[in-house]
Amino acid sequence: MQPDQPPELAGEGKDLFSKFDDLIAMREGLLASGQEDPFSLVMEKVLSPTRAICNGRDTILLGTYNYMGMTFDPDVIAAGKQALDEYGSGTTGSRVLNGTYQGHKACEDALREFYAMDHAMVFSTGYQANLGIISTIAGKGDYVVLDIDSHASIWDGCALGNAEVVPFKHNDIEAMDKRLGRIPEGAGKLVVLEGVYSMLGDVAPLKEMVAVAKKHGAMVLVDEAHSMGFIGEHGRGVCEAAGVMDDCDFIIGTFSKSVGTVGGFCVSNHPKFEIMRLVCRPYVFTASLPPSVVATAATSIRKLMHGSNKRAHLWENSKRLHQGLTALGFELGTKQPQSAIVAVIMPDLPRGAAMWEALLKEGLYVNLARPPATPANMTLLRCSLCAEHSSEEVETILGMFGRAGKAVGII
Amino acid sequence: MDRAQVDARIRTLAEPFNKKEVGIDEDTSFAGDLEFDSLTVMDFVAAIEDEFDIIISMNQQAEIETWGDLIDAVTRMVTT
Repeated sequence: MQPDQPPELAGEGKDLFSKFDDLIAMREGLLASGQEDPFSLVMEKVLSPTRAICNGRDTILLGTYNYMGMTFDPDVIAAGKQALDEYGSGTTGSRVLNGTYQGHKACEDALREFYAMDHAMVFSTGYQANLGIISTIAGKGDYVVLDIDSHASIWDGCALGNAEVVPFKHNDIEAMDKRLGRIPEGAGKLVVLEGVYSMLGDVAPLKEMVAVAKKHGAMVLVDEAHSMGFIGEHGRGVCEAAGVMDDCDFIIGTFSKSVGTVGGFCVSNHPKFEIMRLVCRPYVFTASLPPSVVATAATSIRKLMHGSNKRAHLWENSKRLHQGLTALGFELGTKQPQSAIVAVIMPDLPRGAAMWEALLKEGLYVNLARPPATPANMTLLRCSLCAEHSSEEVETILGMFGRAGKAVGII
Repeated sequence: MDRAQVDARIRTLAEPFNKKEVGIDEDTSFAGDLEFDSLTVMDFVAAIEDEFDIIISMNQQAEIETWGDLIDAVTRMVTT
């Protein structure tokens, strides 16, 4: 008899997929009402960072995290095309074998300059950056102390490692302080925070939290996926805006938002950081990014260093959308706009899905976020603004929200 | 502090989370009988941690299925 014997499967047609039956039923129930499937949208044509043809309709994109609109930047595209011609379509290898090209080094150079930090390590996705760094540095007997609303990649990094995992209530400085204070003496401590939390678009009180972490002798990792390029004087993120860059041991980021392509990274000033390249399994055991991707990323990162005008316009867009939606009577995730994410709280999943569909028919795409990915089991329509949305487009968006909200009976 | 005292104190802490006033014995399960979701678990665990000044990591929580498991685990932590 094995230990940990699973419960015996009973009944007709029971197999390993039976555990998904509830989810399958929920999905079928939703679609049976004639609802367009929110999780099977296809973009047939992409016209610009803010427009696409979705399910046959000309659609304004308000749910893509393409904050700085770099996806169609002519310099970025030219760099990608040149790299395709000169280096081919892919590296077919790991970074530590045949997969490090000149372009990967150039991309890491751009990151070091962007953050003014000593080391930069590029991963194939942002997910792998969190997965790799967290699982590798926090080992058996160490403690990871993290916010309960952390992104899936952070939780999965904890699950892949062997450290003790201790969550605390979202953005609760005192709860974090207490937990750090109870960790046995001598144990290694890693505090994991995010600059902007992507579900509600709220910002962490990093000044206070990083100070508390340092008081307890913990290392600090901050995920700045949703703030890079946009928050802070140089676009380095909430850490920069809060003046705590020097106390952050690791900053994790992604190329799939402001940078406008795909990939992830970690930057650090730790003197031993380079050893990560040999011991971090999600870095070693996967193929490196294609040459065209690192070329577009490096070009985009360098342009983001000089993006202050675009940053200012993005803030204007976020403030106007937040204020306009509040005036229409919608309930939002934050009282004040704190980032380029504006989350509209829906009363329940059926009405959230109906509202999502009504907006799509108006010609607007937003993200439908539902439990269990959301805090407090909320259903959210998540809007992420782009620096390339014109002021007129934001007014058009508000008109669409007003009509759809009345049609569905939410406002 | 002995096991009975730990049980009594946690029983008081559990009251506000036990909305359906399920009768609790040693074999009562948190997921099945008390229907605690992940948010309730976090708040309940935080209340216990603050009461006894301990940490119950998620790794330790994974081993706790029933009321008896919880009382055993906390008793061990406060007596060692």
